[in-house]
Amino acid sequence: MKLRYVLLLLGVLAFVSLFIGVSSLSITDLFSMTEEQREIFWSSRIPRMLSILIAGAGMAVAGLVMQQLTQNRLVSPTTAGTMDAARLGMLVSILFLAGAPALVRIGTAVAFAVAGTFIFMFILERVRRKDPIFIPLVGLMFGNILGSITTFFAYRYDLIQNMTAWLQGNFASVISGEYELLWLTVPVLLFTYWYADRITAAGMGESFARNLGVSYRTVINTGLVSVALITSLVVLSIGMIPFLGLIVPNLVTIFRGGHMRKNLPYTAVAGAAFVLICDIFGRTIIYPYEIPIGLTVGVIGSGIFLYLLLRRGRHGS
Amino acid sequence: MGVKQKIVILFIMMLLLITAFLTIGADGNWEYVLQRRGRMVAAFILTGAAITYATIVFQTITGNRILTPNIIGLDSLYMLLQTFIVFTFGSLSVVMVRAELNFLLSTILMVGFSFLFYRLLFKGESYHLYLLLLIGFVFGTFFSSLTTFMQVLIDPNEFQTVQNRMFASFQRVQTDLLYVAGAGFILLTAIGMRSRRMLDVLALGRSHAVNLGLDYQRLVRHLLILVTILISLATALVGPIMFLGLLTANVTYEFMRTHEHRWLLPAGMLVGINTLLTGQIIVEHVFTFETTLSVIINFIGGVYFLWLLLRKEKHR
Amino acid sequence: MIFAETLVKKYGGTAVVDNVTASIAQGKMTTFIGPNGAGKSTLLSMVSRLLSRDGGSVSIDGTPMEHVEDKELAKRLSILKQSNEMSVRLSVRDLVSFGRFPYTRGRLTDEDEQIIDDAVAYVELQEIENKFLDELSGGQRQRAFIAMILAQDTDYILLDEPLNNLDMRHSVQIMKVLRSLVDDLGKTVVLVIHDINFASCYSDYIVAMKYGKVEMEGRTWDVIHPEHLKKIYDMDFQVQEVNNQKICVYFS
Repeated sequence: MKLRYVLLLLGVLAFVSLFIGVSSLSITDLFSMTEEQREIFWSSRIPRMLSILIAGAGMAVAGLVMQQLTQNRLVSPTTAGTMDAARLGMLVSILFLAGAPALVRIGTAVAFAVAGTFIFMFILERVRRKDPIFIPLVGLMFGNILGSITTFFAYRYDLIQNMTAWLQGNFASVISGEYELLWLTVPVLLFTYWYADRITAAGMGESFARNLGVSYRTVINTGLVSVALITSLVVLSIGMIPFLGLIVPNLVTIFRGGHMRKNLPYTAVAGAAFVLICDIFGRTIIYPYEIPIGLTVGVIGSGIFLYLLLRRGRHGS
Repeated sequence: MGVKQKIVILFIMMLLLITAFLTIGADGNWEYVLQRRGRMVAAFILTGAAITYATIVFQTITGNRILTPNIIGLDSLYMLLQTFIVFTFGSLSVVMVRAELNFLLSTILMVGFSFLFYRLLFKGESYHLYLLLLIGFVFGTFFSSLTTFMQVLIDPNEFQTVQNRMFASFQRVQTDLLYVAGAGFILLTAIGMRSRRMLDVLALGRSHAVNLGLDYQRLVRHLLILVTILISLATALVGPIMFLGLLTANVTYEFMRTHEHRWLLPAGMLVGINTLLTGQIIVEHVFTFETTLSVIINFIGGVYFLWLLLRKEKHR
Repeated sequence: MIFAETLVKKYGGTAVVDNVTASIAQGKMTTFIGPNGAGKSTLLSMVSRLLSRDGGSVSIDGTPMEHVEDKELAKRLSILKQSNEMSVRLSVRDLVSFGRFPYTRGRLTDEDEQIIDDAVAYVELQEIENKFLDELSGGQRQRAFIAMILAQDTDYILLDEPLNNLDMRHSVQIMKVLRSLVDDLGKTVVLVIHDINFASCYSDYIVAMKYGKVEMEGRTWDVIHPEHLKKIYDMDFQVQEVNNQKICVYFS
């Protein structure tokens, strides 16, 4: 499929999604909106659609970058502790930096996500058994450790239910004025596209990268920081969206092979489309109520991930 | 120090800890205090022993020391059930109030799930063992997604009931449940103990185990089922406590320094019990109940484990 | 005798071992040779029940393999694969003791201890028998695993690239040990080896595989011939006789 067609499909989906919601607003109203409708359109529908596109593309690309860096198709922000680290950072910023400016609090979450991802990479270097299926299990255990630390503090300050709410990805609360943080993801995404070939080279290993004149450490570190940035921005503004970074890049690879720079735009578009479809689905199935994106992606994603795992298992690897 | 002496030391430690736990700060109504705390001691012995035992067996089967049997999503399933009950029937429904009903339902659900799980995956082609665990984890995430969804919608007052279930609690354990779980536990460990020498061989890895004449596939399937039933029993009895086994199993390896399961398994049970007793004493007298035992254990277990992963790897 | 009939193993549609029929002569040393990916190790794994078969059958002394109980089979046939990573920390002696497991199920008698002593001595590891495996060099570790197989005392001994990680002296030492097992104790040894000259100097029979099929089999003296080797490896060989052994020269 040409990228052009995929983009067209995405555009149509995005347009349709603008007219789904509790307050009545149909396509025919587009050029004769009442004041109230205009308000909803600009302050709720448009921001929601945009945040879906950005978050979907962001998480999918973050997964792709992680997979390239670790040379493991099962690693992603969900299976490397990045999401859990970001969540721990959020908790710390809420508990200890309540009065600090927003930028400081965001910075804290990002710093935790960066640190968490680095620790994961550090553990990877230490683990002798390089079994490709073992690596994500290590990441999951690491994520659970971070989770247990988060719980320890959340319990003491009676924030368990609040933590649960942040944990769950949800676009329903996205309104203009509160989601703009997510836009920071866009320059990072463009940067990873520009940087893609270097990431591929570094993923091949230190000696391989050296041989091509690529500074191994710098590329690995830059790649990890990008991933952590994207992930923490999404977790902060939307919540956790499981599996996205895992399944979208893998599906794209099945159809298109493994060249990272060529795949990156597809991965971004496919990630956005996937979340958009899940969101439309979640908003219509029990209309007028809606199912949060964390649940829809969690359920659909589990199914696809299982399929990918079993498909792989059958090839005897 | 020989392995036997080490086990004796662990045993004496257990007796001391039990005495300390029963008596420290127990003024006034002795009969009441002893009865209440005695019940907790029984719960500690059961869960500490069962979880550590199961974790050691599990780690031997999987050939590494950083995985826990909880990874296949049993905790998540337990939480899903508890949340579902509160969500649909409320915190005062009969399954929430009647502990034995809850215990029964949880055990059946978890054991049933794992049977189905292993049955599907051991049928036909033999899948990679780690793949199996990863698939289990996917189920776990699937359950958690549903759980989170319901938890967010639950009324904050009702949520308190769910929250209580999120953390293992030893206070609310009922005497008759202890008998049931205890009987199951003794039966299962006795069965498991018969395989202690085969476990030594399993630890060498699959190809050596097959070479030395073990019916690998069958043995592993049986042991995995044993492990999940033990974990299910413990979880249904007190609630989820993910990092306990990881912590205690690894402490056991470090302390015992043997590969023989006839020593590792009993020592592990004692370490498990001692860890819970120590933890509870700390919760009561250092944190004065500001936190719960399972939160502390998961915290300490998690940090210890992180240290295990990060330290210079000499032998593993 | 081990007899493998029309064995098949497929991975994702492609047959790695494709309808292979081969017999292993009793009391001899048989070596499998062939280029990378020829299916030698896969075949060995299927014969030793480490790997399930997609077709065909294996019989041992006339009985189909699946009719022999696992415990019994472990007393008659042993297999050592090339990679032996393990999660437990064992001493050399602990490891070798496991060779007695099929007989004792873990309870060692004095007789077993004697057999273990002999096995350790056979591979010259007596001095370091209480060292842990992770403290040994690659060659020492390999010999420790071979000692375990010796302690297992089976009629059939299957080894997948046993000379991996070994220097010349230790390779020769291991091959001599295996040769004496055949000559003195009447065991049947089956090997997968990459070094054609070790195969030529030590084995009685050679089975050459290529693309999952048996390309050629026969007495070592007959198989080691420039024309045959060219067919197997697609390269030119010179074969020279040195001290009554055929040596292949293929370096230029």
